[in-house]
Amino acid sequence: MQCPKCRAPMHTYNRNGVQIEQCSGCRGIFLDYGELEALTRLESQWSQPAPPPPAAPQAYPAAAPQAPAWGAPHGGHYGNRRHKSFGHMLFSS
Amino acid sequence: MTEDLLPALTARAAEAAHARDPACACAAATLAHREDTTVVRHAAAVAKAHAPGTDPAALALRLAVAARLPGILLPPLAPAPAELHGRPVTYWPYGTPVDPDDPDAAPWEEAGALLARLHRIPLPEAVPPLRGPEKAARAVALLRDLSPRHPAAGPVLDAWADLPPWARGEAPAPGPVRLCHGDFHLGQLIRDPAPGGPWRLIDVDDLGAGPPVWDLARPAAWYAVGMLDPGAWHRFLAAYRAAGGPAVPPDGDPWPALDVPARALTAQTAARAVTKAAAAGRPLDEVEEWLVDACARMRSVPAAAPAD
Repeated sequence: MQCPKCRAPMHTYNRNGVQIEQCSGCRGIFLDYGELEALTRLESQWSQPAPPPPAAPQAYPAAAPQAPAWGAPHGGHYGNRRHKSFGHMLFSS
Repeated sequence: MTEDLLPALTARAAEAAHARDPACACAAATLAHREDTTVVRHAAAVAKAHAPGTDPAALALRLAVAARLPGILLPPLAPAPAELHGRPVTYWPYGTPVDPDDPDAAPWEEAGALLARLHRIPLPEAVPPLRGPEKAARAVALLRDLSPRHPAAGPVLDAWADLPPWARGEAPAPGPVRLCHGDFHLGQLIRDPAPGGPWRLIDVDDLGAGPPVWDLARPAAWYAVGMLDPGAWHRFLAAYRAAGGPAVPPDGDPWPALDVPARALTAQTAARAVTKAAAAGRPLDEVEEWLVDACARMRSVPAAAPAD
């Protein structure tokens, strides 16, 4: 998957059972639907603040792309654009 | 009558071109010839025969808006519609379109900025309503009439039925009304003058007063369904926001505003796709399936409440 902001490759990490994608370029993070909630839940379970995991930077650029929950699952299909109707639809009502 | 229209329109386009340039190179082409619209080019001029049943008074008002906003909309060559074989005809300069084989090269930033500028224009006094929701309703009604038993019809009709009345063209939209394009897609952008001039919006048929978020909702739907690369969507949205576009908040999550119209345009696009596939007696292709799948997921996710 490519970073929607800077196009650098994104790598998948597992944080407490939640998969997140982080950009190797701008360090932006992509969360799937529900993952932010899952992380927030996990965070609230800690009785005291844990030290930040070494691989995670302290501050993230706000790069999590927003999308509706009825949208295409994980990452969309946009990499796969060799369809006749795809090009046609972008140019018609 | 449609057979007579094309040669007559071709002759009119040549007249319009020769009025602009008597030393015309006379390069002619038919750009579109469909049941509802015929567009013919002759060198630097384009003549368009609008759909049968077009309201000529409303079209005249829309044409007048285009003439007054030359930095945003392509200005017409003649200030009022003419008539040919019972169809209203308008004349335009020829401009260079977006390359349909290279949607990645589409001017997403320019498109976002043009729509933002259009939405910021003080609403002209005499402007008809936006036709976007009405057109979407028509596409869904056609699916209901022609292919109600198609396996994909159910999810599309259900998604449509769950929309609030304004998004189905049955009630005025909540929130402020602005001047909107009404039918934005990549075929609605050209460079004028050709070949390297600035980008302008074309096609005023659906232009009018309405909720400006409608103009963002088709690219939003493409992005949501997975057709549009997130990078392109974010470039478009960021340029719209940077130009002060009023349809979404200047920062933060735009989806509370986009959700309902993006659902409507997903349902419209899916309805067209299913109707066409059924008429051709072919199965849905993969992209068409994505649209129907998105409609099927909508029922389990309540629509976002509008921000205001």
